This record gives sequence, C-alpha cells and structure tokens, in this order.
Amino acid sequence: MTTSIPEARFAPRATPETQPYWDATAAGRLDLPRCRPCDQVFFYPRSSCPRCGSTDLEWVTCSGRGLLHTYIVSHRPAPGFPVPTVIAVVELEEGPRMMTNLVEADPDTLELDMPVEVRFEQRTGVAVPVFVPMKENA
Amino acid sequence: MSRDVVIMGAAETDIGKLPTTSTLELHVEGARRALADANLTKDQVDGIASVSIPGPIQVAHSLGITPTYVDGTGVGGSSFLFHVRHATAAIKAGYADVVLVTHGESGRSRVGAPMHPRAGDSVMAQFEMPYGITGPPTSFTVPARRFLHETDNTLEQLAEVAVAQRRWASRNPRAMFRDEISVDDVLGAKMIADPFTLLMCCLVTDGGGALVVASREFAEAHGSDKPLVHILGTGEAATTPLISQMEDMTRCKQFTLSSQAAFKESGTSQADIDHLMIYDAFAHVPLYGLEDMGFVGRGESGAFVAEGNTSPGGSLPLNTNGGGMSYTHTGMYGMFAIQESVRQLRGEAAAQVDGAGTSLVLGNGGMFMSAATLILANQR
Repeated sequence: MTTSIPEARFAPRATPETQPYWDATAAGRLDLPRCRPCDQVFFYPRSSCPRCGSTDLEWVTCSGRGLLHTYIVSHRPAPGFPVPTVIAVVELEEGPRMMTNLVEADPDTLELDMPVEVRFEQRTGVAVPVFVPMKENA
Repeated sequence: MSRDVVIMGAAETDIGKLPTTSTLELHVEGARRALADANLTKDQVDGIASVSIPGPIQVAHSLGITPTYVDGTGVGGSSFLFHVRHATAAIKAGYADVVLVTHGESGRSRVGAPMHPRAGDSVMAQFEMPYGITGPPTSFTVPARRFLHETDNTLEQLAEVAVAQRRWASRNPRAMFRDEISVDDVLGAKMIADPFTLLMCCLVTDGGGALVVASREFAEAHGSDKPLVHILGTGEAATTPLISQMEDMTRCKQFTLSSQAAFKESGTSQADIDHLMIYDAFAHVPLYGLEDMGFVGRGESGAFVAEGNTSPGGSLPLNTNGGGMSYTHTGMYGMFAIQESVRQLRGEAAAQVDGAGTSLVLGNGGMFMSAATLILANQR
C-alpha cells in the first residue's frame, strides 16, 4: 500500500547553529552559510568553514536550482512516505550537495544530471526542502 | 627495538538466528572461545577493546577482567579493525601485552540490543533522515548509480559481486545462504532500493567473535600451537558521517588512505596480497574497494569480478567466507572479515585458498564514513 501523509513523515528539529536554515525553509527559502574569505557556500550549516576554518560566515539564499546527482528508488516502507519514494542527492547551483527527495516525478523518467528545483514540504512544525524536475523553458 | 605484534587467538560464536542469546553474551562467548583458541586464561589479558554496545568495560567486567588498556572506538562495522590497529600500537608502546577485541551483536533477534537511538536534532536527523531513509539499505546504496554512471561498470557486474560471493558461500557450511545464484536471480530478486535487489544487500544475523592480539614474544611463550598471524601493516581514516557529503560519490577516500598507510607500513604492494576481504554490506562496496585500494584501475572492478578473478580458482580470492551478503552480517561485520583472514592464513578455512600467505582486510564503517585496513601474514 502506498500512503502519502507528509504530516506523518519524520520531522527534524533545529539546533541553535542550524536554526537560520530551518527558519528560511519555513519562509520558502533555501539559505546556506557562505564563507567570506573562501567565497564558498557549504552544506550542512556549521559554525566554521570546513575548507579554511574561518568563522567569518554569512547566510545566503540559494537559487533553489540544481542537478540530480544520484538517487535510489526506495521500496522500503517509511512512515508517511509512498512506496516507491525517490531518495536523491542534488548538486546545488552554488556547489554543495544535499540529500533530498525527488517528488512529482515518475521514477522511470529520471536521468542523472537532469535539472531540478526546490519545493518545501510541510511537516509537523517544520518545512523540508525537496526537489522537482525543472519545467522546460522555466 | 619495536615489538612484533600477532593475532594469537581467534574465534566466532554460533551465527545466524540466536533468539536466546543477548548481545553481551555474544561478546562474552566470543571472548571465551578466542581465549581457549589462544590457550590463555582471562587473567592473562590486560587490555580490552570493543564497541559502545555493551561497551568494553561491561565485557571485561562480565569476563572478570580488570583491564589496564581500554579502547572503546565505535566507528561502525570497521571498529574491530581499528581496535586491532590501536592494540598493535599499544603493544608496541608497551602499554599492553594481551588485548582482547570482542564483537557481539543480536542484529536479527535484538536481544539486549536497543535500536540505535538518534535524536531528532542530530545532524543526520536534520539533513538525511527526513527523506524516508530507514537504514543502510536506503542510504548506503545512494552513491551507486553515480558510480555506475561515471565508470564503465554495469548493473550486471554489480550483480556479479553477489554471484561470486555465493560461490564461496556454497563451499562454507557455516554460511547462511549456500545455493549458487545467477545474475538473473540477483537482478530478478525483490527490489529494495532500485537498483539494489535483496540479493545485493547484506544479511541481518546474530553472532559474535573475538581476537587475542599480543606481542609475538608473549604469544610464543604462552600461546597454543596454532600458527601465529602477523600484523604487518595497518591504516585507518574517516571522512563524513553523512553519505550525501562524500567529496566524490564514486570514490571512497578512506579506502585509499587506510590501504596506502597499511601498504607503506608493511612494505608490501597490491601484487603481494594472496587473499582479500572487503567489507560487503552491499554489492557496490567491494567494487569501490578494489578500485580505491588500487587492485584494479578506475572502472575495471566490475569486469574483474565478472571474469571470475575473485571467485574460487581466481587470481585474487575475495570474501571467501561468502561475505556479509551470504555468510553472516550482524550489523558490524568487520570482526567476521578479520576472522576469515585469520582462518585462511592458518590454513583452516572452509574454502581454503591454496598458498594464502598474505591477506588484506578492508573494513568499512557507517555508510562510507570510516575505514581501516589490516595487512596480515602467516610469517614475518
């Protein structure tokens, strides 16, 4: 049986250093830290740059566009998720990669490196970034 | 002068479905059997190493040992290789003489084994678990499609890994699955995480085992008449706790780093290795291991396996107990990979490789999170 109940899906909780990320998703933005000395955006949010170690960081809003880097089509039941579910890694336009779901797409039509864009899925008390195939001519 | 270090005792418990044995008891039973194998009493042990459940202090206390060297490194299924490496360093430094490394896991029956609690605000919980990941089958598998895409390896060759290992398992009466299988069987099995079918995934079993690591001097003075297994070189490395954050999803950096360290310390190269164990939680992991340790070139691992090189009679026997996919996989499989190398080097394996004088064990921890390499030999 495939049941799709977003409210029943796992709802993450922020820690102080990740709160701005989750505040942004609630407002419909994908924000990530950028290291000013390196000019690098990185995922996941941390209090210093994993490349140079600087704490001179600022939050930037990502374009929400990326490429489908890799994925599986999960046939394992997970609370609130339909079977099958596409579990993917997306490479953001800004460089970092992140785990996500690819939704609103037939798993048989997916191709690696296809363009995707972010959507926000409302869970209990938190909005989770997921991705959809980018519409042509968008 | 640095002391030579050896594995002087090794043993596994019963394995498979053990619904009346707790995780702790599996550690303790493995330890008793390994000590008996080494012809030692528990009072000759001065060091203990194990993972966090139930923890080295609990294991030592249950056995009646007061250790003066304790290692609780818990970095996933590779932990026991890390323990052997750390024990080797401690023995060389004179901090311990005899270190007991124990594993036990009621992975299937879950007796005395709490599920790994993971807070909803851990890093993994925030950035990976929200996406329907239920465990290793739906996360460890994620990089594989990219790996196949960027290399010349194929889905059929991925299936060949399971086929080759089942050939070894068919020769091993202790293996959980022993009937030989075909590529079609593998590809046609129940889909778990496309492209991975059930037969490309490891088992979930109960079991335990232990090793006795000691100075060669001590082993020769006090041990049994079993052949000593010499630790020639070791390496360890760790990268990311989140699989989505691998630098390159088609390469496992810690496989390269840990094996390079072990080759360097041992003064050996790939061509010197007679027998190989690569932690196989899923079918792609041995392919990464073969490539990232330099046994084959980039993109050549699939054909290497498909051509039978790692199968019985092949040039590089790999996972000769049947591996995590056919032999046993309690959750933290690394102990069983080491045990098979010890058996091969002693000449007592169920599917014995003729002339196995050197063996390399590569352990993976977590989902491409940590790795350690041991290069072992039957003489120094």
